[in-house]
Amino acid sequence: MNFLAVDIHQKVFENGCLAIQNLKFSCRRGEFIAIVGPSGAGKSTLLNMVSGLDGDYAGSVTFAGQAFNPSAVRLGFLFQECRLLPWLTVYQNLQLVLKNAPAALPTKPLDAWLESVGLQGCGGLFPGQLSGGMQRRVALLRAFIVAPDVLLMDEPFQSLDAPTAAQLRRLLHALWQQNAPTVLFVTHNLREAISVASRIVFLSARPSRVILEYPLARSAERAEAIDIESDWVTQTHQQILDRHPQLLSGLHLD
Amino acid sequence: MQQAVKQTPAWLSGSGMRLLPLIAVLVFWQLFGDRFDSKLLPPPGAIGLLLWKEVVEGDLLFHLGMTLKRVGISFMAAMVLGTVLGILMGMYKAMDRALDTFLIIGLNIPALVIIIICYIWFGLTESAAIIAVTINKIPMVAVSLREGARALDKSLFQMAQVYQLSKIDVATKIVLPQLLPYIFGATRNGLAIIWKIVLVVELLGCSNGVGFQIGGFFHFFDIAGVLAYTLAFMGVVFSIEVLALRPLEKHLLRWRL
Repeated sequence: MNFLAVDIHQKVFENGCLAIQNLKFSCRRGEFIAIVGPSGAGKSTLLNMVSGLDGDYAGSVTFAGQAFNPSAVRLGFLFQECRLLPWLTVYQNLQLVLKNAPAALPTKPLDAWLESVGLQGCGGLFPGQLSGGMQRRVALLRAFIVAPDVLLMDEPFQSLDAPTAAQLRRLLHALWQQNAPTVLFVTHNLREAISVASRIVFLSARPSRVILEYPLARSAERAEAIDIESDWVTQTHQQILDRHPQLLSGLHLD
Repeated sequence: MQQAVKQTPAWLSGSGMRLLPLIAVLVFWQLFGDRFDSKLLPPPGAIGLLLWKEVVEGDLLFHLGMTLKRVGISFMAAMVLGTVLGILMGMYKAMDRALDTFLIIGLNIPALVIIIICYIWFGLTESAAIIAVTINKIPMVAVSLREGARALDKSLFQMAQVYQLSKIDVATKIVLPQLLPYIFGATRNGLAIIWKIVLVVELLGCSNGVGFQIGGFFHFFDIAGVLAYTLAFMGVVFSIEVLALRPLEKHLLRWRL
C-alpha cells in the first residue's frame, strides 16, 4: 500500500556531475519521512524531482501508482528560504495559494490559522516587517493551508535559534497530526530527524542512494519526544550511531 | 548619515532643503542679472511676467497642450512596446540574440535622423511626429526592462508552480511587482527624454506646440520667450513628478519599508 514511490536511476547535473544513482524508497500515505544525508547529497534535488520542478532525470516518482499530476496530488513545499512574496501582506500571501487551490477549503478562517501559529494580528503586515522565525511560520502555514497530500520540507528550521526551531517543530507535529499529509522532511540534523519523523531515510554522499531506512517507534511517549533535547531522542541518536558509526558521513555501509 | 539628517533643523529638512537653493539662484539672478544685456539674459521677474501674459493673453496653453498630447501618446506607446520587447528579450535568449543588434542601433542612432526619415517617409503629419518620438524611446525602455526581466527571481516561479498559481496571478503578483522599479526608472528617463525629442520634432515639422513656438522666438532672438515656455514646461514636469510619480511609487513600493 505504498502511496509515494521514488525510484531514481540516475540524475546528472548540467555540469556533468552525477548527483544521484539508484535512489529508491517508498512510503505509505500519512507517513512522516525524514531524509538525512551529508551536504551535497542531492537532498534538495530530490525534493525538486518529487515536486515535479525538476523533470530532467532517469527514473520515476509515482503517487499511488500514477506519475505526478498536479490536479490529483496537492503539494505543500516549505523551501529552505521562505519564498513569501514580499510585496503582499501575510493575508494576501495566504489567500493567493488558497485561491489557486480550489479543493482545499479552508477549515477555519485565516485569523484562526494565524492564531494557531502565534501570529494573531500580523495578517496585515508585509513579510519584511516580520522576524525570520515569524516569516517561517507564515511559510509553514502557507504549506499547510492548502491541505496538501504531500508536504515537502527542505531544511525548514535551519537558520533559526533553538527555541524558535523547537516551537515550530511542535507546531509542525500538531499540524501533521490534524491533517496527516505524507511528509518528506530533508535535514542534516539527525536529532531533528529523530524528533519529528516516523521513519528516517539515510542517503549516501554523492552519487547518492539510500544506505539505511530506520523506522522509529511510534508510541505515546513520542508526544514529548518532539523536543530534540529529550532523553528519548538522545538515546535513539546514540543507538543509531553506535550501530552505524559511519552513517552521517554518508559512507556506504556494505 | 542618520545622525547628520537628525541634526538638520526642521525648517531646512524636506521641502525647505529642496527649495532654498532654487530661491537663492533666482534671487542672485534677479539682483545681478542686470549687469548683462537684459535682451540676452532677462531677469526672472521679467520671464515670470511674460509667462503670465502668454498664459492669459497668448496661446501658451494651447501650444503646451499640443506638446503634452504628443508627449503623452508617444510616451504610452513607447512604454508599452518597449516593455513587451524588453521582457521578451530578457526571458528568451534566442529573442535577445536576434534583436540585440537592432537594439544597439536603436539606442545609438541620433534622434534627428529618425525624425527626418519619418518626416520624409510619412510626410509632415501628426502621426509621423509621434512615430518618430516613439521609435526614439522604445530601445531605452526595452534595455531597462530587459535588465528587469533578467533579474526575475526564479525561486518564486518554482513556488508558483508548486502551489499551481494561475498565469494571471503569476503575471500580476510575481512578475509585475519585480518589474515595477524598472518601469518607474524607464518612466522617469522617458519623460525627461521624450519631451526633449518632441520639441525637436515640433521645431522641424509641426505648426504648433512648444517646439514650434520656440522656433519662432529663435527667429527674433527672443530669449525671454524661450525661457518663459521652458519655465511652463518645467512646471508641468515637476507637477507630474510630485503629484503623480512620487505618490504612486511610494504606494506601490511601500512593502520595501
